[in-house]
Formats: sequence, structure tokens, C-alpha cells
Amino acid sequence: MHNKTLAELAQGLKSGEFSSVELTTHYLDRIKSLDEKTNAFITTTEEHALAQAKQADQVRAEGNATALTGIPIAHKDIFCTEGIKTSCGSKMLDNFIAPYESTVTQKCNEAGLVTLGKTNMDEFAMGSSNESSFYGVCKNPWDLEKIPGGSSGGSAAAVAARLAPIATGTDTGGSIRQPASMCNITGLKPTYGRVSRWGMIAFASSLDQAGPMAQTAEDAAMLLNSMAGLDLKDSTSMDQPVEDYTANLNNGLEGLRIGLPKEYFAEGLNDSVKAAIEASIKELEKQGAILKEISLSTTKLSVPAYYVIAPAEASANLSRFDGVRFGYRCEDPQDLMDLYTRSRGEGFGDEVKRRIMIGAYALSAGYYDAYYKKAQQVRRLIKNDFANAFNEVDVIAGPTAPTTAFKLGEKTSDPVTMYLEDIFTISVNLAGLPAITVPAGFADGMPTGLQLIGNYFQESKLLNIGHKYQQATDWHKKTPEQFA
Amino acid sequence: MSIDHDEVAKIAQLARLNIEPAQMDQYAENLSSILDLVDQLQAADTDGIEPLANPLDATQRLRPDQVTEANQREHFQKNAPSAEQGLFLVPKVIE
Repeated sequence: MHNKTLAELAQGLKSGEFSSVELTTHYLDRIKSLDEKTNAFITTTEEHALAQAKQADQVRAEGNATALTGIPIAHKDIFCTEGIKTSCGSKMLDNFIAPYESTVTQKCNEAGLVTLGKTNMDEFAMGSSNESSFYGVCKNPWDLEKIPGGSSGGSAAAVAARLAPIATGTDTGGSIRQPASMCNITGLKPTYGRVSRWGMIAFASSLDQAGPMAQTAEDAAMLLNSMAGLDLKDSTSMDQPVEDYTANLNNGLEGLRIGLPKEYFAEGLNDSVKAAIEASIKELEKQGAILKEISLSTTKLSVPAYYVIAPAEASANLSRFDGVRFGYRCEDPQDLMDLYTRSRGEGFGDEVKRRIMIGAYALSAGYYDAYYKKAQQVRRLIKNDFANAFNEVDVIAGPTAPTTAFKLGEKTSDPVTMYLEDIFTISVNLAGLPAITVPAGFADGMPTGLQLIGNYFQESKLLNIGHKYQQATDWHKKTPEQFA
Repeated sequence: MSIDHDEVAKIAQLARLNIEPAQMDQYAENLSSILDLVDQLQAADTDGIEPLANPLDATQRLRPDQVTEANQREHFQKNAPSAEQGLFLVPKVIE
């Protein structure tokens, strides 16, 4: 059952081949027997899941089932889920039981999805390897000595290991796309404002965006249908009509203009990854797409701009963790200042503390113009760069990450080495554009991902291209041996 | 750009973060290398470029100033480390 796609599982539920309770039990059993290898889950919600599954079967029996009714899902532990521990991968929130439901999980619940549990992640989504999690590193199902990518590493590993058919993720600088690529699954970061951020624990509010993680583009489209839409509780949520993202999946690619930024195929890109990506782009050309070399000259500025803007916003957002209203409090505080500094010092891990400090520094008196304002100006240059490119091409293609998954511990000593992992994904967040990654073959035995970047609100086109690619290839069907 | 212990201590204080003395070297080194990365921005010509805060250049949506939520103080305070009679308890701040 677990090698079926979401679309196939939905068919199986519809035809009565199996019930949601049977399906949910199957996945819960897999998590119980296999997750000790990957550590993809921080929390499993067995009782809750079985109650939801029973309810879904009831709804179906009454003839009220919709496309996703009774399908199990795993949620990144960044989404508040009422009555369920929501840790954000941090000691700071180890004791936090969310008192309300995020819009994304609420919409999933309303669509009849069944929550299997909450997935592992880098602490407060700050990381590209899942190694900053308070709950221990999550391991790549393709090689348990390697990272799954991050920050949505648990969601990517859960789908790759077939411990869940679909999962939610969030992407601030590549956190859906990079782990999806490294675990051989499909992941979509929608346009900024397409999916509500309400109840999604904030990291960098002008960059954060939630999206679907799945085996296929078709599955991602089905899940996005339930996630997207205007939410008045999120002031940055965009008032754009929600399309049926499955409607255009089968459109032909004849005449599609694909831009290939020369900066995405330059120095720093692993040769085997490059070969896989070039082969996948050839496949799109074979289907009628027209390739055109373009230039995104601001690419090298994206990582520096991001490491001002994201930490600055994080330092403001994470000021709410004060040891007073919720979350971790240190033992025996001597006075209020001691309570603040020790609760935060002990409750946050090193990477989170580093980013808060960089943000506080960039925003402090005397440095604001040189860092924050400068980074925001560069951010506009990056946006303009994409706008110019989209005058010439319909989508932009390239690798999702410069390398395949690396060894656990390999890049933890120098944070900057880790930051450069996100060179191909970060500019998309700064510009607020949508982008998808699809499995693009293997390089030295590990998965690679082809990234497709679209213009604003062009999710449907990206899913269409991903789907057509997956109709012609079978990389997305490959599963790691230990989780067959 | 490199920063020293005093600056690390000052930033930590601004951010209300206790950093153990034994970790100061590590923090100074890591923060310096991040600032080196960030300093690459200075090479970009941004004369006359308007800063971009929202990627879609969207402005804040406003709503009528009306109460729309019920008070759920007790519910929310269940997560508080220490609360009593609807109040959050902290060490004494007024002598």
C-alpha cells in the first residue's frame, strides 16, 4: 500500500479496496517499526489519527467524501496543532502544547486528511541538514550516514521512506526544495502569500512560505489544492483565486521557453549532479521545450542578502520566547534579566543563537543602513533580475542543490559552508517566486533534484512541467531499499 | 569583518541571550565569518534602489478595529511556566 501515490491511494479509498482506518494503521505500523532508523518523527499521534480515520470512513459511508478524505499526512512540527505538542525542533518549545490550530493544518483537517504525527526539523527551521534539531538528527533513508537536508528534513525523509504518503513543509531559503531533492521526492514552494502563515511558527516573515511535499507533482497539486488560499488572519496572505492545480497537469510542453541561468551551472556545482540535471533538461527539450541560456547575475549576492534579512527578522520574531508566557524557563532565576538571558541561552541551540545575534547586530544603531537597508536594496536587484528573465522565458531550470546529501557532521563546524548549500534556492525566497523540485536521477548513488522556478502564481505551470517529466521518467518511483 | 569578545557580549546582551564564557571564542569566530560573508553586499551598486520589504511589494491589509476573538486567557496560560489568578509570575522587579 505504501508505494502507492496519493492519487492511487485516493482511488483505493474511493473504490473500497481499503478503508482509511486500514490505511492509517498500515502507516502507523511502518512508523513504529522503521522510524527508529530515520528519526523522521518528533511526535506520532496514533490515537488522534485513528479517530480522524474513523471519522473519514464515516464521512465516506455517508457519501460526503472529497478528493483527500481519509489520506494520511505528516505535518512539519512548525505548524501549531491544537492539543498536540508543537516543538519547532527546539528545547524552547519541548513542553509547548499548541492552544490553537494553524490555518494549513486546519484546512488539511477539513479536507479529511489524517494526521500521523509531527516531523523532525532544524531548530526553528534554521538549517540545511536537520542537524540543529533538539530531537536528534534525522537520517537520509537513502543512506543513514547522511543528512536528509533541511530544514524540512523529517517531512522529506518520511515521504521518501514511505512512512507517510504526503507531508507539509515550509521554505524560507530552500527548506522544502533542498531536502526533497536530497531524499528523491517532489516539493513545491508556492508564491509568497499563496499559503497562509497563520499558526506556522515564524522564522523570517517576509520569506516564510508553506508547501506540499509528495512523491509526485500530481500528489503535490492535490495537496496544494487544500493548502492554498486567502486567509484574513495572515496579513500577507494574497487575495488571488485558487485554481484547481490538477487541471493543467497534462498540458503539452511544446514551445515552453526554459531559461538556464549560467550562474546555476557554474563552479561549485558537483559534476555528477550537473550531468543528472542536464539529462533531465534534455528530457524536457525532447517534449518540445525550447532551451535558452540566461543570466541571473545577482545569484552570488543572494546568500549574503539572505543572511542579513532572515536573521534580522528572526531576531524580532524570536523575541517572543521570553521564559514568561510559554516555552522553556530556566531553573531558579535570580532576577528578571537572569530569567530572560538564561531561559533563552539554555532554550535555544547554537545555530538559533548565532542567527538571533547576527540579526540583532544588523539592526543595531549605526549598522542598520550598512546591513539591513543594503540587503533590502540588493533584494530588489534580485527580484528585478528574475523579472527581466521572465520577459524572455516562461520558467527557469537548474539544480536544486549544488551537491547530493553529505555526511552527518561534515559541515557543522563552519556555518558559512552550510549556508552556501542554499545558493540555488535562496534567491527564489528573496524574490517571493514559486519553485518546484522533482527527482532527477542519481549522482554517485544519491538522489538529485531538478528545480523549476516560475513567475508569480505560476504554481500550476510548474506542477504541469513536473508531471510531464514524471510521465516520461521513473526516478520518482525509486525507493530506498531498507524501506521497500 | 571580525568581532571580538566584548562585541559578542554586547550583542548577546542586546538579544537577551546568555552565552557561556567557554563558548565566547567559538561565537566570535562564527559570527565573524558570517559577517565576512555578509560584507560581500558592499560590492553591489545599489544607488537609487528602493529597499524591498515585501517580495510582492504588497502593503499591509487593514481590518476594522473590532473585537473578533473571545478572551481565552486561561486556555493560553496553560502553557505558562508560572501563572496565578490570570497573571504571569516573574521574579520580583520592584523593590
